[in-house]
Amino acid sequence: MPDSVLWAVDLFGRVYTLSTAGQYWELCKDTQLEFKRVSAATQCCWGIACDNQVYVYVCASDVPIRRREEAYENQRWNPVGGFCEKLLPSDRWPWSDVSGLQHRPLDGVALPSLHWEWESDWYVDENFGGEPTEKGGWTYAIDFPATYTRDKKWNSCVRRRRWIRYRRYKSRDSWAKIPSKDDPKQLPDPFNDLSVGGWEITDEPVGRLSVWAVSLQGKVWYREDVSHPNPEGSSWSLMDTPAEAAQISCGPHDLLWVTLWEGQALVREGISRNNPKGSSWSVVEPPTSENGIMHVSVGVAVVWAITKDRKVWFRRGVNSHNPCGTSWIEMVGEMTMVNVGLNDQVWGISCDDRAMYFRQGVTPSELSGKTWKAIVAGRESDRSHSGSSLSLLSAGCFFGDEVRGSGESCAPSDTDASSDAERPGPDQPVPAESLDCPGDPKGSSASGPGTSRTTEHPAEVASPATQTPRPEPRPGPACTPAEVPWTNIDLKEPKKTPSHPLAGLPETTGLSSLEVLPLGLEEPYGADDHPLWAWVSGGGCAVEAHSVLKWFSVQLGLSPSVQTLSLSITPAQTAAWRKQVFQQLTERTKRELENFRHYEQAVEQSVWVKTGTLQWWCNWKPHKWVDVRVALEQFTGHDGARDSILFIYYVVHEEKKPGVRRFRSRVWTWHRLASHAVYIHVFLNEVTALVPVLNEAKHSFALYTPERTRQRWPVRLAAATEQDMNDWLALLSLSCCESRKVHGRPSPQAIWSITCKGDIFVSEPSPDLEDPAHPLPCDQMFWRQVGGHLRVVEANSRGVVWGIGYDHTAWVYTGGYGGGCFQGLASSSSNIYTQSDVKSVYIYENQRWNPVTGYTSRGLPTDRYMWSDATGLQECTKASTKPPSLQWSWVSDWSIDFSVPGGTDQEGWQYASDFPASYHGYKTMKDFVRRRCWARKCKLVTSGPWLEVAPIALGDVSIIPESPGASGNGHSVALWAVSDKGDVLCRLGVSELNPAGSSWLHVGTDQPFASISIGACYQVWAVARDGSAFYRGSVSPSQPAGDCWYHIPSPPKQRLKQVSVGQTAVYALDENGNLWYRQGVTPSYPQGSSWEHVSNNVRRVSVGPLDQVWVIANKVQGSHSLSRGTVCHRTGVQPHEPKGQGWDYGIGGGWDHISIRANATRAPRSASQETAGERSGEQGLPSGPAQVAGALQESLGPVCC
Amino acid sequence: MTDDKDVLRDVWFGRIPTCFTLYQDEITEREAEPYYLLLPRVSYLTLVTDKVKKHFQKVMRQEDISEIWFEYEGTPLKWHYPIGLLFDLLASSSALPWNITVHFKSFPEKDLLHCPSKDAVEAHFMSCVKEADALKHKSQVINEMQKKDHKQLWMGLQNDRFDQFWAINRKLMEYPAEENGFRYIPFRIYQTTTERPFIQKLFRPVAADGQLHTLGDLLREVCPSALAPEDNPTPKRQGLDVQACAQKMGKKRTK
Repeated sequence: MPDSVLWAVDLFGRVYTLSTAGQYWELCKDTQLEFKRVSAATQCCWGIACDNQVYVYVCASDVPIRRREEAYENQRWNPVGGFCEKLLPSDRWPWSDVSGLQHRPLDGVALPSLHWEWESDWYVDENFGGEPTEKGGWTYAIDFPATYTRDKKWNSCVRRRRWIRYRRYKSRDSWAKIPSKDDPKQLPDPFNDLSVGGWEITDEPVGRLSVWAVSLQGKVWYREDVSHPNPEGSSWSLMDTPAEAAQISCGPHDLLWVTLWEGQALVREGISRNNPKGSSWSVVEPPTSENGIMHVSVGVAVVWAITKDRKVWFRRGVNSHNPCGTSWIEMVGEMTMVNVGLNDQVWGISCDDRAMYFRQGVTPSELSGKTWKAIVAGRESDRSHSGSSLSLLSAGCFFGDEVRGSGESCAPSDTDASSDAERPGPDQPVPAESLDCPGDPKGSSASGPGTSRTTEHPAEVASPATQTPRPEPRPGPACTPAEVPWTNIDLKEPKKTPSHPLAGLPETTGLSSLEVLPLGLEEPYGADDHPLWAWVSGGGCAVEAHSVLKWFSVQLGLSPSVQTLSLSITPAQTAAWRKQVFQQLTERTKRELENFRHYEQAVEQSVWVKTGTLQWWCNWKPHKWVDVRVALEQFTGHDGARDSILFIYYVVHEEKKPGVRRFRSRVWTWHRLASHAVYIHVFLNEVTALVPVLNEAKHSFALYTPERTRQRWPVRLAAATEQDMNDWLALLSLSCCESRKVHGRPSPQAIWSITCKGDIFVSEPSPDLEDPAHPLPCDQMFWRQVGGHLRVVEANSRGVVWGIGYDHTAWVYTGGYGGGCFQGLASSSSNIYTQSDVKSVYIYENQRWNPVTGYTSRGLPTDRYMWSDATGLQECTKASTKPPSLQWSWVSDWSIDFSVPGGTDQEGWQYASDFPASYHGYKTMKDFVRRRCWARKCKLVTSGPWLEVAPIALGDVSIIPESPGASGNGHSVALWAVSDKGDVLCRLGVSELNPAGSSWLHVGTDQPFASISIGACYQVWAVARDGSAFYRGSVSPSQPAGDCWYHIPSPPKQRLKQVSVGQTAVYALDENGNLWYRQGVTPSYPQGSSWEHVSNNVRRVSVGPLDQVWVIANKVQGSHSLSRGTVCHRTGVQPHEPKGQGWDYGIGGGWDHISIRANATRAPRSASQETAGERSGEQGLPSGPAQVAGALQESLGPVCC
Repeated sequence: MTDDKDVLRDVWFGRIPTCFTLYQDEITEREAEPYYLLLPRVSYLTLVTDKVKKHFQKVMRQEDISEIWFEYEGTPLKWHYPIGLLFDLLASSSALPWNITVHFKSFPEKDLLHCPSKDAVEAHFMSCVKEADALKHKSQVINEMQKKDHKQLWMGLQNDRFDQFWAINRKLMEYPAEENGFRYIPFRIYQTTTERPFIQKLFRPVAADGQLHTLGDLLREVCPSALAPEDNPTPKRQGLDVQACAQKMGKKRTK
């Protein structure tokens, strides 16, 4: 999970962030302003500064925010001057927008605000729907408005062309002022509170936010058009409210609550995708009539509130259907404010010591959480101040050189913790203050008894932390007597012991404990050592149930000793120990064994057998799962090499099956079955792949040998439990690896592939794999699994491997192996990390129109299921649909998917004349059926040798294949990617030692891209979302991003979807599964001349540094079955025959992706090479399933989606 | 350590070259040749000496044969101690091979337990494993295992099958990633110098301050005498050496 940050404002108006991975508050990069309020989302933070103006802080990213401005130049033909600017009086403007209705001269297009800058000057767009135009980008038509074509015809009377200019948002990592809403003619009405949310309402436009604000006069305002590409929004709209509002909170989804000055809450109803502003207000009464609601904060399905007596309340029964909830529950603790962040996590600021608390134990099933836990993270500034004096533990001088100026006026002693203390600076405006603490005169001592009724000494009333026996500072009984992890207690010790005079440090014991410090000690601390918080916003802070936060314990400045202690066993030391131990063991073996090797072994090496009961998908019809006994025998040969055989014993009641031998007498416990039991056996050194096949019902795996691969019929076995399956898989895989002497991490040349289940497989290329004369048949390649879950993997021969998950997260390979179900012996001990992935499951709601009731869920008897999968063949109801396998669990509820191809209406419906047909997003007279798509997210958590490359999500990635023989020569490894939004990115600083690289360089494009590939000579090819290709010019190590794009039309009537570039060869794949070779590519003309068709039936292509071509074929027919998604190797690829001649079929059945771009291993030169050309002809022709004779049963491959 | 296959293998395949000779007073029909064997350090004497027994029984009369027992330099060897432990404890300073005397008479009832069959060894071994898991995981792991897993563990030891043993034992050696280690480290410290058979205490893998304990810490706490300055063995070295080999038994041995 990428790091995210919590935003907070201290009493002095300084804005801090705290990373989920960090343990220090960092001062906001832009410190020009002091703030009253902040409200954060993941990509930005809105705030009200002390000048009462609204600002937005957009976090920096490697991908710029850029928007395209466009204008059309229109011309009409006249017999005199040809095409010219002189239009008819009835015509549009010579310079206009796309509709022609608005005048739009190029110099009249201005930047919307100071925070934007132009990226370049205006230029003509020469790309017309994927096709390049000639003659300066003109498109022709008979008349305005009409259909434009790129060709000029005899009747083309008008023409137009599009001018493009990009502007870029420049005020990132700084506070950008949002223009005030105030009408100069009226009295100013500054904003008083503001809340950002609504990012889950809809995905369109990208990064859309609801920004709500409340003014001092109690009016509610909504900021229009705020989204990622338009971070400032466009204007403020006034919303009607029945009463004067005081404070507002907007949740990520459709919750919006407002507090009124009278103490009730207003709840906005009717917020939806189509109406993010909602439609009406409902009133919710406060929990008790005497203490009105002072503050409210909402999440996805929770509402927390603070009443005027500082009590914390949780609203029961809140959800989308009932945004008002049902009743209030009082929670422990007293807070000045609470804030609900992502995942409905909650933060609060206690009222008596202004410390920040995190609500622990908030889970989807227990939204109210368990206890408040103080965040005791220090500040970056403290660290930098104390950095030089780490060793001066007891000197108390960590804080000596703190700037005290403004702080001193409000030294946080208890006596000052009255209303004065709440007013930190003269510049803090009154309105905010009054909202901060309306009941303030009570101060801490007044609220004290409420907090800690158990206290006896009034003097200590306000220091509940010192009262409680627990070490963690908590607001009195706020902490339910939940068990305190013992580590916390113990961690406490070293904090206190070495720094005795610091024992009462406010960070740990709360502000009020200052008063119990000896008088003389007050001085060295100054006033500023403990952050006094005014506001917190968790809207950008993703904390999940399993997140490990470092906010609560070790603190620098307090206990560097603890830090050094916990680091006392470094990885280097561990490695040294290991070496030492290993050395000693070796010495021991030498000492005790060297002269005695001729001695007999006490225990003779026997055959080891692991036996068990599994189910087997039987070889003959009717195919079904049958119970079998399974035994694994291992033999150790005299050379120490091991071989293993897997026996599968099954019982037959009829005569022997051909090809199956009788059971020979063996001493197994089931020998009584001997008369009926027969077996099949598999030599594990022949096994080429072990593939887990998890589905809803079975824990099964498939076992391939070359023969079984050719048959497209693996041995399929199922275990009763996941554990059992993992045990077998781990053991069998270990045995396979041992018999092939494959150990440790994959070599840098390894071939990587991924199944449609997201399982990752890797194969070590043998030197003769790319032998032009006698290539190793690729059904003999041995594939072993590596932990993790990915959709895309790309590698190069310097060991740099990147992956992309289903949720578009980018991952980099760490150099480990194992993980996932391979634990213990089959896994490396380090470099294995938790990995998660998220994908959506889709089902369809189908309806038919009838004249009486309109569209209903009553279909014709011949119709599909009213709840079905995309094909309509399977019934899929919301209740019955399960996650794809037991590894996955639901993480969201069902929601309508509006982003389906063809578009939808406002309720998500798509219309058609009948099932199945093509659907469109609007209703016509002829539409008798409609459907809509429901999506539900599910998540998988596994482990593997992968580390996340945050924060930009990727759609495609490509790493430069190293030319054979070329040394790395110190260049960083060129790596290009396309973000999930279609931005083209170039990674800087990638090397063997730092495979993750350092940062992205954004490469501007005129449209979103889909696929990218970089060849060995820095030829960068890409495919845009419109299906055409682009070539990037002048890319080199010194100019990693190149200079400009050359547009390359796609093959006629085809939209390309993927491109792969090897040493010189360029291959592209279109949406209909056709593979194309780029003809005429030369060093002087790298764009090539034309596309030549190579094959159909292709799903994915990977071209390597030897220009070898590997693909995933859609369907391949074997002797027993058909497999979808099969690894295939192009045969006969020669310098003079770059397209190759045929296909060799390898592992298959559910393979989705392959990367051979790391394999630059040339076959050893042999005499046979001369005859290569002749031989390659004997390979089969490119074949779809239709071409294969003798089609047997058509069944899905074992791992088929 | 559990993920370091090289170390595990070396520990597992530790062998002690041993010369078995029949006790001089045993009555034989003809002279008994000494018998040479490589004994696995991690196994038990009565588990791996079938060949020895058979060898010497050949030269003896049937009626003189009763329960076999072993002795080294006058000390009866407890079969329920792992072989490596016996060797390190009693004979590590002597020259190899290790000379063990084989007895068929005068079973030292007060020193040794009877070992009527390999079931007794199995029972003892499994009880050690269970005790260790009680310390490591509150017995949760061992109790969740099936009978066949227990059997596989035992068969792995008995047949000297590293993979078979570790396929199961790794589960016993794992702990949740969020924890720093086992609940308690199962160990026993055997000493020749004291009357106590061994030292055993509850010992957490992580110190109160979150720091990982080393074997040195353990020795300092439970057996300071082992760290006496005069022989000054670096505890880590000596300890880790045997720790890995002994932990699976739930024991840690030092001299």
